[in-house]
Amino acid sequence: MIRFESVTKRYADGTVAVDQLDLVAPSRQITVLVGPSGCGKTTSLRMINRMIEPTAGRIWLDDRDTSTFSASDLRRGMGYVIQHAGLFPHRTVVDNVATVPLLLGQSRRQARSHAMELLELVGLDAELASRYPAQLSGGQQQRVGVARALAADPPVMLMDEPFSAVDPIVRAQLQDEFLRLQAELAKTIVFVTHDIDEAVKLGDQVAVLRVGGHLAQLASPADLLSRPADAFVASFVGRDRGYRALQFEQAPPLPTRAEPVVRLGVDLASAEGARVVGQSLEGWLLVVDDENEPQGWLDLRVPPAGPVDQAAVHRGGTLARQGGSFREALDAALSSPSGRGVVVDDEGRLVGSVTASQVVTAIERQAAADRGGERQATRVGT
Amino acid sequence: MSWLRYLDQNGQQILQWLWFHTWLSVVPVVLGLAISLPLGWVARRYRWTYAPLVTLSGLLYTIPSIALFVILPGILGLGILDPLNVAVALTIYTVALLVRVVADGLASVPDDVTQAASAMGYRPVQRLMAVELPIAVPVIAAGLRVAVVSNVSLVAVAATIGVPELGQLFTIGFQLAYFVPIVIGIVMCVALAMVLDLVVVALTRLLTPWTRAVVAP
Amino acid sequence: MGLIIDFLTDPANWQGPEGIPVRLLEHITYSAVAVLIGLAIALPLGLLIGHTGRGTTLVAGFANSLRALPTIGLLIFFVVLIAPHVHGKGDTAYLIPSEIVLVLLAVPPILSNTYAGVQNVDPAARDAAVGMGMTGRQVLLRVELPCSLPLVMSGLRSAALQVIATATIAAYVSLGGLGRLVFDGQAQQLYPKMVTGALLVAALAMVTDLLIALAQRVIVSRGLSGRYSRGRTLARDEAPAELAVHAAATGQP
Repeated sequence: MIRFESVTKRYADGTVAVDQLDLVAPSRQITVLVGPSGCGKTTSLRMINRMIEPTAGRIWLDDRDTSTFSASDLRRGMGYVIQHAGLFPHRTVVDNVATVPLLLGQSRRQARSHAMELLELVGLDAELASRYPAQLSGGQQQRVGVARALAADPPVMLMDEPFSAVDPIVRAQLQDEFLRLQAELAKTIVFVTHDIDEAVKLGDQVAVLRVGGHLAQLASPADLLSRPADAFVASFVGRDRGYRALQFEQAPPLPTRAEPVVRLGVDLASAEGARVVGQSLEGWLLVVDDENEPQGWLDLRVPPAGPVDQAAVHRGGTLARQGGSFREALDAALSSPSGRGVVVDDEGRLVGSVTASQVVTAIERQAAADRGGERQATRVGT
Repeated sequence: MSWLRYLDQNGQQILQWLWFHTWLSVVPVVLGLAISLPLGWVARRYRWTYAPLVTLSGLLYTIPSIALFVILPGILGLGILDPLNVAVALTIYTVALLVRVVADGLASVPDDVTQAASAMGYRPVQRLMAVELPIAVPVIAAGLRVAVVSNVSLVAVAATIGVPELGQLFTIGFQLAYFVPIVIGIVMCVALAMVLDLVVVALTRLLTPWTRAVVAP
Repeated sequence: MGLIIDFLTDPANWQGPEGIPVRLLEHITYSAVAVLIGLAIALPLGLLIGHTGRGTTLVAGFANSLRALPTIGLLIFFVVLIAPHVHGKGDTAYLIPSEIVLVLLAVPPILSNTYAGVQNVDPAARDAAVGMGMTGRQVLLRVELPCSLPLVMSGLRSAALQVIATATIAAYVSLGGLGRLVFDGQAQQLYPKMVTGALLVAALAMVTDLLIALAQRVIVSRGLSGRYSRGRTLARDEAPAELAVHAAATGQP
């Protein structure tokens, strides 16, 4: 657990970066510090491992005041991941990861073999181990940075905008893998970002900071979206709050209708094909493979000549898992070219289809129940 | 003999040497720049020439000055005492130094700028003169300052093989084991170097008014 | 040209205390001593200045203004100053002031390249090093020094060339070395002798440059130089403009 007790940072020229911050980052959870430029989020993070010393107040690591440790001892017990990875360009990837264990006195062989395991954990190919950072892509470098921070198995991880320097697709991948890792490792993580969407996606609790280093609100992502504390938080969180809050609500089993399908490889001119076309609804036919996994839609106004193949399939429309969030379900329905959202089970096999109005009805029923009684929004598992 | 008396007695001679020294320092730099500009442009424009040109100039630059002063007369067919050797040698040095500086100075012009210029309709030579060179001036000027200041010191060395310039003050001082001319010589060389350096700085500022502009608040 | 070959092939010129091998050895010795002393002074100083960030303006100004001093003037100044006071064996009177000047010339390139190298280390790498618990000394020795090696080596290279060149001129103030061939040749009106001296000096300079360049290849981490045996290589051959002038000014091709 990390606790800020009335922590202030004032600079010589009078600027106050952090103003009497009181904050608890619970153990084994991800606490995200988020806010606009100048709100003191990075300063606060760097005060935890004393890269910056507080002017007033104390920071507690479990039951010890961080100022009672020696700075380098404190830091060796915390993983530190920064925006541009900060890999040592003169060392190979595996030697980069082995840095802290070596500093702590492990043998080189031990440190390196542990480093190889960590590279696998963060999803990197073993053959990258002997390469130099300059030979890696931005996303790969960030993974090495995370592996390096994990090397000494510290209970605490400090992360300063670690995924900001990569492109959005890589960023989404890194975020998903990060959540998977955390599910496995359960570290106490303090994570800084300027992106409210990232904060909402990753945080178990989110601290919104205001310019001048004041804490505006500390809440779970769902509460942040549904009950912003003041006008600043409301505008920072942004629009589409209702829609984005849907991702945190698990949908109850949805009333799906059985959807007629055609298998890949079937020729529409054949007897089988004609029968299926006869069953089709409103000119759209769902295509599945042999495992009954949806592949896409067929627009019957432009039917393919010959057997149905991958090239003929219209790929519009996302898939919603039965038991997933309201947001998934609604998006499946809205994005589907036929107007019928495809619902699948946990193995990806077809369950049925659902329309947008059916999903909205379920949402409204849920909201009415919430307004009427006590109920906690359950976070949808990944 | 006190300083002032020495200056008084030899003032004419010293001024002649100073004049000659200045010429020998400045002319090779101007010539060298004139030769380096097209060479540097070629090295930049035709990428495959960059490595050989830079390697060759690096090689030339490693040759100690006095070696060049001695070898050139044989190659050029001049007498050893002919100051033209010194001028040619220093020009070679300046070119060796500046080719890479010019190439890298042109390379320092941001790509967006050159592409915008082309898109507006500048032809390559126009673009070079109107856009790339002016922007490359600060980098090239930094190289020029190094060239001009080192030349002053290199010219002084030529006094050991008899060329009449400020370095003679040192040889005389050595032969007579006498401090006064030595110190006068050092002071004048340093002063000349600083003046020439300032001239290059002033010219640079003149050519780059945008670097003096006040940034908008 | 033919005369030069005659001179080179005359065995008399290869023997005795004034023979070519002796002069060559003298030259190498005097140069090496000066460079090593210069390295011993400038490297720790440069590391300290680069690491703490203090004193850079002072050092930069000092290094720059040293270039304006005429080397021949300095040599003669120190010899005239010191030689009368040294009554040891013949050459020492000229050796000490010459070595002083040679060391004075070797220090600035190594010093300014070292501290520039340390300051140019990727700030993210430095931040990460501190953040993972390295002490100041560990950061300096394990991260900053290895990462600044390319620039340090190029400073060493230009210092070596400066020293070799000036050691030639030092022969004018009676020091030994290959310059002696030049100045004795001048006194004796033997042009081939002068040219031999000059060519040998030029050759020595080039060989030294090559050797240090090779050492640079071996010592500097491949992660920095971009020399990989396989895998993707990212373009690293365009030096930023300021470094180019710096490189040219310190004599590295």
